[in-house]
Amino acid sequence: MRQIELEILRYDPETDSEPHFETYQVPCDENWVVLDAINHVKDHIDRSVTYRWSCHMAVCGSCGMMVNGEPMLSCKAFIRDYPGKIRVEPLANFPIEKDLVVVMDDFMEKLKASKPYIIPKEPKSVDEGAYTQTPLQLEAFRQYAMCINCMLCYAACPQYALNDEFVGPAALALTYRYNMDSRDGGKAQRAAMFAKSEGVWECSFVGACSEACPKHVDPAQAIQLGKMDSAIDYFKSFLMPWSRS
Amino acid sequence: MAAPSHKPLVWLPFAAGGMLAAFVLPVLILLTTGFLFPGAVTYDRAHAFADNWLGKAVLLVLILLPMWHAAHRLRITAHDFGIHNDTAVRWACYMLAGIGTILTVVFLLAI
Repeated sequence: MRQIELEILRYDPETDSEPHFETYQVPCDENWVVLDAINHVKDHIDRSVTYRWSCHMAVCGSCGMMVNGEPMLSCKAFIRDYPGKIRVEPLANFPIEKDLVVVMDDFMEKLKASKPYIIPKEPKSVDEGAYTQTPLQLEAFRQYAMCINCMLCYAACPQYALNDEFVGPAALALTYRYNMDSRDGGKAQRAAMFAKSEGVWECSFVGACSEACPKHVDPAQAIQLGKMDSAIDYFKSFLMPWSRS
Repeated sequence: MAAPSHKPLVWLPFAAGGMLAAFVLPVLILLTTGFLFPGAVTYDRAHAFADNWLGKAVLLVLILLPMWHAAHRLRITAHDFGIHNDTAVRWACYMLAGIGTILTVVFLLAI
């Protein structure tokens, strides 16, 4: 059992003019994660603390927040890894809805615009059987499919912090994931978002997204490969105009 | 529908410069300073290499691409570090690379 000092950013737009921190003394089990400590506050100290969480096992992607300034899933951030006091804030680079909850609209719109689903090359009836794929074809995109839309990469990205027109790491990595899928034929439909200036080209390859990702996706890699892919398409459109899909 | 960006025109040379800077330049530094195969790169051999158009062209690519890569990388790094006066940074970085380009051409032609 360890007593920790937990600082939680509090902000209620209806009553507060600006966010402030409140400190809570939380008795923690040594195997607790930061989310457990926040749950303890909610259950036993202050019921008004507002935050998102669901699965408690790094699958749902709801409980992302800044833990001592780093974007983390609070269900994956162990108390024992933080020797001093712990400060939690809502994800950086997003407007605050209330306390630790951020407004996700911007990401949701970008996610929708990236068409993150298979757009078949040609429609196939059920009688014609399944779309098959070799293990090699699967490897071309498998890691990017692990994204849980937790938005930690957006909180980590210095480019998104400066310019929120930037499509950003997760949406671009997911676009690349579907572009690379052998069953997919929707690359041209996604190009408007992917190959524009605020798409892959806005990335300056800092790589913070890949370090922040709790699912070991490498969005920075997807974006650099996407730059090469877009560059090839760009030149192809001049040299071989007939190849435009 | 947003038009595709024209960035590939400058990005491809930039990427090529990055590849050269990462893989070729370190080897060249080790070779020319004699840490690797001492005696392999002598003045006479280097001079003979640069004394024809093919050698000059190879050297030009080897020097210019990483130099412009470095100029652009420095500009972007300044941006990432929060220096947002891009006009000044851009002039400083690209002017240095421009001067380097002129010097490279002048020195190569003088050989």
